[in-house]
Amino acid sequence: MEQAIAYFTEILGSAHVRVSHADRLVYSYDGTPGYQALPDCIVVPGSTEDVSAIVTYCHNHYIPIVPRGSGTNLSAGTCPTQGGVVVLFTRMNQILEVDTQNLTMTVQPGVVTKDIHNAAEVNGLFYPPDPSSQAISTIGGNINENSGGLRGLKYGVTKDYVLGLQVVLPNGHVLATGGKLTKDVAGYDVTKLIVGSEGTLGIVTEATLKLVPRQEAKSTLLASFRSIEEAAKTVSLIIEQAIIPATLEFMDKGTIAAVEDFVNVGLPLEAAAVLLIEQDGKQEVVQEDMKKVESICRHSGAVNVTMAASETEAEELRRARRAALSALARLAPTTILEDATVPRANVADMVNAIEQIARKHDVRICTFGHAGDGNLHPTCVTDARNTAEMERVEAAFEEIFAAAIDLGGTITGEHGVGEMKAPYLAWKVGETGIEVMKAIKAAFDPRNIMNPGKLFAKEQRKRVTL
Amino acid sequence: MKNSTDIQQAFHERLDEGELMNCMRCGFCLPACPTYIHTGGNELHSPRGRIAMMKAVHDGEMAPTEEMKASLDLCLGCRACEPACPAGVTYGHLLEESRAIFAEHEEKSPVHKLVFGDLFPKPKRMKQAIGAVRLYQKSGLQKVTRTIGFLSLFPKGMKELEETLPEVIPKKERVHRAVYHAVGEKKATVAFFTGCLMDTLFHPTNKATIGLLQLAGCEVVVPAEQACCGALHGHAGEKAKGIEMAKHNITAFEASEADHIVLNAGGCGAFLQEYDTLLVKEEGDWPERAKRFAQKIQDFSSVLFTLGFIESIPLKLEEKTITFQDSCHLRNGQHVFKEPRALLQAIQGTHYVEMANADSCCGSAGVYNMLQPEMAGEILKEKMNKVNDTQADVIVTANPGCLLQMKAGCNQHSDTLTTEAMHLADLLWESVGQEQRQNVMN
Repeated sequence: MEQAIAYFTEILGSAHVRVSHADRLVYSYDGTPGYQALPDCIVVPGSTEDVSAIVTYCHNHYIPIVPRGSGTNLSAGTCPTQGGVVVLFTRMNQILEVDTQNLTMTVQPGVVTKDIHNAAEVNGLFYPPDPSSQAISTIGGNINENSGGLRGLKYGVTKDYVLGLQVVLPNGHVLATGGKLTKDVAGYDVTKLIVGSEGTLGIVTEATLKLVPRQEAKSTLLASFRSIEEAAKTVSLIIEQAIIPATLEFMDKGTIAAVEDFVNVGLPLEAAAVLLIEQDGKQEVVQEDMKKVESICRHSGAVNVTMAASETEAEELRRARRAALSALARLAPTTILEDATVPRANVADMVNAIEQIARKHDVRICTFGHAGDGNLHPTCVTDARNTAEMERVEAAFEEIFAAAIDLGGTITGEHGVGEMKAPYLAWKVGETGIEVMKAIKAAFDPRNIMNPGKLFAKEQRKRVTL
Repeated sequence: MKNSTDIQQAFHERLDEGELMNCMRCGFCLPACPTYIHTGGNELHSPRGRIAMMKAVHDGEMAPTEEMKASLDLCLGCRACEPACPAGVTYGHLLEESRAIFAEHEEKSPVHKLVFGDLFPKPKRMKQAIGAVRLYQKSGLQKVTRTIGFLSLFPKGMKELEETLPEVIPKKERVHRAVYHAVGEKKATVAFFTGCLMDTLFHPTNKATIGLLQLAGCEVVVPAEQACCGALHGHAGEKAKGIEMAKHNITAFEASEADHIVLNAGGCGAFLQEYDTLLVKEEGDWPERAKRFAQKIQDFSSVLFTLGFIESIPLKLEEKTITFQDSCHLRNGQHVFKEPRALLQAIQGTHYVEMANADSCCGSAGVYNMLQPEMAGEILKEKMNKVNDTQADVIVTANPGCLLQMKAGCNQHSDTLTTEAMHLADLLWESVGQEQRQNVMN
């Protein structure tokens, strides 16, 4: 490793190679509870050429590489569990171009997602993916993890907005995929393959993103229900009516209580569930849609429907939903946020299953999430020091993943597999799926240096029988 | 690092494990942290990174290093990370305890001893020192040293600070009556905490604050025996001195039996409000006494606001644009930020413009600008750009450190800026009008 450090120092300068214990410690974790491992060194490249030189060296010497954005991810995807080199993109943080003729933006991986939102807005445009970590997370991290967000229902996730990439492959070669094209069917869609590959196939050094026209109007309402079933039924009814809201968020009773305690915006504590619903678009369309949504809510048993009268009120409600994780995190030392996802018609079944499983294992789980796209975040508040409880928590989550799969769902809707959920990947994709994915990995990275230990676990979990 | 084992042991014994565990490493603190931003996103200089180091030392997984200490030193202690933290980690306490541990295990520099041992704990010394500043200003020495550039020999921070020192008024005028009566109907009794810098360098601001409180219907008591709040000690790792100051002040204020203990320095206020945490492990009835004391602490802007000052006293100034720079400790420590803005917006004839990132630290941070002049300079430069964007005639602050820093900023950028920096109390005092001021004088 000393030779490697000397080489990196030679090409990057000593300011951009960090090796002290303190330096290695502060890049030994990401946002995932329970995972920590020291890398051997941290490098900060300034260009694609730098990245290529680093990767080439690591390829020649079989050194693991972990590309890292802001380390906000929740699947241990950027925890350097195999040691090696952590690559930071803090110097590669430029918006290279906003093309208002083609409606695209070309960026370096270190740009913070919120800055992309702002840059689009300045030009009267809109970049829809909005992970809750948008003020912190970088676009490189979003691309690697294929991040979602509150607007996923109507607008999709990060992969739906990546048109082209520049990628340094594990052998150091630079690959360009896609471009500013709306249509492009030349060969395999490597762009889409790289998005969400969690840093296991290469390092993204430039991305061309798709922008859409900015929405004219937006409207927000909060509906509260006596039962989860009624809330879930409402979700189905809205979508059956062919209304696709921009946002359709869900919080259960436990989450409502914690959130209200923290933000004090007057959430209905007596409700079993609330839905936060937003629509955007042309003024008339928004008004018409929201009128219909309001009526559906009332007919399907909502005890209360409040339409935000102003942007301030709407922002209060959004703030309440965004504060869900925050509020729950205050209840106990360790907060484990999960990401089980089911077809949206099965949201009620999934919520009920989560409640049952929590009771069975005697753990405290509150659930909130993106009801409109079936993406739930069962969140366990616990204490990592209580080993007996942690074992029960693990058992409970295992059953939750199994329940999601049985309902036709998946083990992760927007956070990625990383190392945390690697043992469960086969449950979703099957043995053949694993074989195909491993073959792809081997084709790109035969020496297994790119973020090793992620996606594919040494041992797979056996399916539990419920 | 010398004494590494002892330091490690102290981290293990004294750092609150629960608080360290509460950090869920989500990174929400990162965009709120000025040093993370100004080091180009270096996790070593982020709250999350600093907590990770504290935890590693606490758990025995890392030996304390000079690099870790440097990272803690570079922290402004602005606590902007606290409101941003989903899990509600009280980073400020962890920082103070960690700094205290490092400080207890190292040789103090003579300057450090002078400042923290002799100057701040002793109001008399402070007054003497300020007297010397006045002498320096009056004797013409200031002019001479400025002309020959003598101050260029000192650290950058010191030089900039010197240029911003307000003219000190004569000592015989820097005294307070024991009680100031309310104007009109008496609505509350408040005890006024004078502070060291506020009462010496900014004595007229203290007088203005008392006057405003009187106009709002407060009987204002000024306990004579009060001392420095101890914040600078606490923030610099001199915890034992901080505790000593706290006990002294609690005793001094108990006799006044006031409804609120009021002050006009955000930094002191936040520290006084946390005397309960500071004294939690002290023997006897100190924890309860500290709690009672802490609950009474109020910024003067909150008191004015709650007593209906805006409704009862007409505020008016000649036409000008005003903006506000939050004091970090007032905002992030005491959670007071709406009240100063409401007061400013109530001044007729003026136009209030909210400055972008008004809630981010100006770089003053106690004596930080002297200890870390480079980082402080970087932060101030950016702050002045934001001030410039507002086109304000006056930038208002509510803490002496911030006020000096903003004055320094305005001086340095006088070629592009015509803004002057003022304390909230002084601007309000100006805006109450001659007649109201006369009411107080009589």
